[in-house]
Amino acid sequence: MFDRRIVIAAVAAMTLSAVPAAAQTEIQWWHAMTGANNDVVVKLAEEFNASQREFRVVPTYKGSYPDTMNAGIAAFRANNAPHILQVFEVGTATMMAARGAIKPVYQLMAEANEPFDPKAYLPAVAGYYSTSRGEMLSFPFNSSSSVMWYNKDAFRRAGLNPDQPPKTWPDLFEAAKRLRAAGFDKCGFSSAWITWLNLEQFSVWHNVPLASRANGIDGFDTELRFNSPLHVRHLQNLVELQRDNTFSYSGRTNTGEGRFTSGECPIMLTSSGFYGNVRANAKFEWANAPMPYYPDVAGAPQNSTLGGASLWVMGGKSAAEYRGVARFLTFLSSVERQAKLHTDSGYLPITTAAYEQVKASGFYRANPYLETPILELTNKPPTENSRGLRLGNMVQMRDVWAEEMEAALNGQKTAQAALDAAVSRGNVMLRQFERTVSR
Amino acid sequence: MEKRVIFDGKLLPYALLLPQLLVTLIFFYWPAAQTVWQSFLIQDAFGLSTEFVWLENYTTLFANPDYYRSMLTTLVFSGLVAGFSLAIALMLAVQADKQIKGASAYKTFLIWPYAVAPAVAGVLWLFMFQPSLGLVAQAIRSLGFEWNPLLNSNHAMTLVVMAATWKQISYNFLFFLAGLQSIPKSVIEAAAIDGARPARRFWTIIFPLLSPTTFFLLVVNIVYVFFDTFGIIDATTGGGPAKGTETLVYKLFSDGRLGGDLGGSAAQSVILMILVIGLTAIQFRYVERKVQY
Repeated sequence: MFDRRIVIAAVAAMTLSAVPAAAQTEIQWWHAMTGANNDVVVKLAEEFNASQREFRVVPTYKGSYPDTMNAGIAAFRANNAPHILQVFEVGTATMMAARGAIKPVYQLMAEANEPFDPKAYLPAVAGYYSTSRGEMLSFPFNSSSSVMWYNKDAFRRAGLNPDQPPKTWPDLFEAAKRLRAAGFDKCGFSSAWITWLNLEQFSVWHNVPLASRANGIDGFDTELRFNSPLHVRHLQNLVELQRDNTFSYSGRTNTGEGRFTSGECPIMLTSSGFYGNVRANAKFEWANAPMPYYPDVAGAPQNSTLGGASLWVMGGKSAAEYRGVARFLTFLSSVERQAKLHTDSGYLPITTAAYEQVKASGFYRANPYLETPILELTNKPPTENSRGLRLGNMVQMRDVWAEEMEAALNGQKTAQAALDAAVSRGNVMLRQFERTVSR
Repeated sequence: MEKRVIFDGKLLPYALLLPQLLVTLIFFYWPAAQTVWQSFLIQDAFGLSTEFVWLENYTTLFANPDYYRSMLTTLVFSGLVAGFSLAIALMLAVQADKQIKGASAYKTFLIWPYAVAPAVAGVLWLFMFQPSLGLVAQAIRSLGFEWNPLLNSNHAMTLVVMAATWKQISYNFLFFLAGLQSIPKSVIEAAAIDGARPARRFWTIIFPLLSPTTFFLLVVNIVYVFFDTFGIIDATTGGGPAKGTETLVYKLFSDGRLGGDLGGSAAQSVILMILVIGLTAIQFRYVERKVQY
């Protein structure tokens, strides 16, 4: 039986929460965060709601990144979009092009008289979500980059130095061969997010264009450029190493990441956001290191670019609601909050001040793995080829690229033919996108 | 001299039909009409800019070699899934129809998978056959067979066919079982007394008498493989590797959902609708002649 006092307390609590607080304005926030990151989202909303009385942020989980984005688009078409929509980095161009559907963040902050300085953000972060004129369109929320995770125990077993991870691709191939010989015969090394790591970040890290017009940032008339000799050489290497499992393909998304934590693949290239998972599940000594590069490419390594997601403010809401959204974004950018978000979730601190503060606290001496992606992002000042990526229809285009890479890896096509096909099929999609936005 | 009951009044029959008609109109004809309209437009994902382009979405589609490949993949996939799920379900139904201990438990277990959502079914099979973590995959690999659905199209196709078949067996089983139970026992007993062996009894008596059920299931299964399998494909292979398991309905789903290409996706819907209506018509016209009601 229930304790009567508990029942009374519960009823009292319900009655209290049912009484509307003095006409609060609700701010809907749709997101795609699960598990520990969902807790972070809920906690942020609770903290903000407790910090003031005028606005109430209501976070709602809407499924995976593509699902959340589609839900937001469908809601906009039905005239009930949320105020804030979390969209992953590859949806950026689609959101930016939807001029009437979004409220640019720089405009929102100016109209609400909230202090806002785009220069406070790490350049690699701000650049990704800003126009070529430096106007920030969305608010960076959870950013990651891609790194190389490796199994130190496996390195020892193969006679490799666990404190000297491979720096270049040739070194990595060599290490993977030795690991394979030492008993990792199903997988010497692998990569999640095959296109993000081996086409997108690969281009940026080597300072070669993935696409023209600064990877699409300078205009929708961008054309793909990743069938260059360097790209073909890299894919060719993967194809050859795939034959004896020195490289082993793990699929298009991150579903294959478990091969690292289970100990099957001693080296895994994937997002820095893999951190929480590795910490919880790996039964061996592990570390991460920057992505490898080809040493004969001039200027490599350049800098990496972002993964993760940003917050878009949807259009067509009232001034009062926008004031609330602006207040919430200011709340999110505070240095302490950014620092805490970073140390709690493993996502990157997005402001320079937050990063400096975490660094000064000595946090990275105990957790060097959380600093690797930041060092990659800030390795060099961004160039034309490394400011970010902004290609329309990117979500589906990634699938098209992955299809062609798969055709090379399973021997249906040569590396050159596969990348040529990926470029020409991708260009068709870019032209279709350009057509719908330029009218 | 046939006796017929004739009701007066025009209103009552229509009033009785009205709810069903409304449901059909609202949930079928209205969306179908919208799809046809959408297929003449090119729109951005947000619906901010719309251009009326007549048949351009269709011409783009038919100029795309991938679309024909996807048709071929669909044929292979549908043939395999419909064939296997009908054959296996019939076999199981015949076994479950026998006088055995625990028959009702078997029947319950066989019907269960029908309650599983397509995406969940896909994930279940994915877990079993995932090259590195899957239990079944590990068993296959330990036998020295290189099982890799991530890169080998045939392996991937095997995987989606298994998952889609497994999901449909229950439904077919249910109908076959009902069909078998409605066959008069006396006919079969008479044949047995005449000395017909079980196999002969099955092919000369049971199977022909089951033909209405079989025909109905054939139509339903074709519709199922053409329309209802994208969830399974999405969860297991995502249409890969290199389009190896991209059926028409999956292509439509991914173009519309991931690509935001509503016009192209709507055009594919219309074509798929025409295809399935055509197939169903053919079945009723030619296959139904073989059915003995």
